[in-house]
Amino acid sequence: MRLEIRNLSKIFVSEKGEQIEALSNINLTIDEQEFICIVGPSGCGKTTFLRIIGGLDVATSGTIQLNGQVITGPTPQMAMIFQEYSLFPWRTVIDNVAFGLELRGLPKEERYQIAKKYLDLVGLTGFAENFSYELSGGMRQRVAVARALAIEPKVILMDEPFGALDAQTRNRMQNELLQIWEKAKKTIIFVTHSVDEAVFLGDRVIALTKRPAKIKEIVPVIHCRPRDRTCSEFVSIRKHVLELIAEESSGT
Amino acid sequence: MYTTKVLQRRYIGLLLPVLLIIIWEIASYIINNPFFLPRFDAVLAVLADPFRDRLGSGSLISNAIRSIQRVGLGFICAAVIAIPLGIMMGWSDRLYRFFDSTIQLLRPIPPLAWLPLALAWFKIGLTSVVFIISIGAFFPILLNTIDGIKNVRKTWLEVASTLGASERQLLLKVIIPGAAPLIWTGLRIGFGIAWMVLVAAEILPGTTSGLGYLIMYAYNFGQIELIVAGMMVIGIIGIAFDFLFQSVEKKKFAWRRLER
Repeated sequence: MRLEIRNLSKIFVSEKGEQIEALSNINLTIDEQEFICIVGPSGCGKTTFLRIIGGLDVATSGTIQLNGQVITGPTPQMAMIFQEYSLFPWRTVIDNVAFGLELRGLPKEERYQIAKKYLDLVGLTGFAENFSYELSGGMRQRVAVARALAIEPKVILMDEPFGALDAQTRNRMQNELLQIWEKAKKTIIFVTHSVDEAVFLGDRVIALTKRPAKIKEIVPVIHCRPRDRTCSEFVSIRKHVLELIAEESSGT
Repeated sequence: MYTTKVLQRRYIGLLLPVLLIIIWEIASYIINNPFFLPRFDAVLAVLADPFRDRLGSGSLISNAIRSIQRVGLGFICAAVIAIPLGIMMGWSDRLYRFFDSTIQLLRPIPPLAWLPLALAWFKIGLTSVVFIISIGAFFPILLNTIDGIKNVRKTWLEVASTLGASERQLLLKVIIPGAAPLIWTGLRIGFGIAWMVLVAAEILPGTTSGLGYLIMYAYNFGQIELIVAGMMVIGIIGIAFDFLFQSVEKKKFAWRRLER
């Protein structure tokens, strides 16, 4: 599995009719089971970048290939997890997790069996029959992760999935996500505005420039896992990435 | 202390009706003219005997059944057209623009203004009554359905398409369930309007049964207690259906209130 992004550019036309260049000539190759984090100054086009990879937005030019196959629209090979709560509130937790399997026409028993497996994986075994409004923010995002995993995608795209959570829950979710990632062996592309989160999670941190977004620097985080936020290597990488973003934000 | 507060809160709504009934009873006693204001107990006596034939026009119950049948028919006709149309208009901007101007033109015409035309087209009988009831129920159902479809969260659609949903599956598994609470609200409002339109239509020429007809007919005989009893039955049926719609709403669409 290899995700290749070649010469990707995106130009929006604003409501006033102005052309706004959001992404400019991005090239990136992502390997199987790699955990990629994307950071950049606010409004730089991180989310647009992720949405184009996921086929939810269309690039103005350039291509995305998954194992040599060009991506032209949403595909179940890549599942997306959004910042805002995206669960279907009229469905129970298990019916949310089984949604993708239901779309494929799997019989109920079979899809529940698979859904239960992923609910166990995200630690929500006892919540199959609950509704999303009965769950906390962190639990809802875990259901969203289980729902994405259930269709067995090759890549999981995450758009600031923990942005709405409080700091404690967020840290716990980061650890859990790493555990899930190690068990499920997926490629993850994770957009965040938190440098700390990016350095804690990613194999590589992609720092983008301000708009139009280009790749400013790819920072490998060789620091072994599980990571220790207080060790000097972590601190120095974090400092470096923060500086990259600060340079962009100040406009120099 | 605590219990009196609870009692006060629970029963405060009953205070005024009880007071009104007492005033009514006193007033009718003083006025002493059943052709102007019948006594409350005379009305109760009519209500207590709902199966008795009134003025050769059938009982309260049989006329109520007649009215409910009509409203049900008209309401179902309206829903069968308004819901699919609303789904299409909410889904496609082009269809929305195509239909919207016509709908805006027709909407301000009160349903009862259609009655003469309905009589000309369908003659006196069930069809013309059902027709104008449908018109009354149609617009609230349509407009709420459009609103419901347009307000389906974009994230739900995107999640479903990344999970592999086809257009058809998007419609059946995301858009319609997501819009269902508002569609249901439209049905509830539509039914309420249909009920009001029905009673008014029954009072106008063209029908010889139903609660509206019965109270108008009672007027010709000066049977004010039958008029008031009929009005109460009309009100009670209205409340009962509204309650029914609301309890389904609370049970099936609780998520809309509780979400976030």
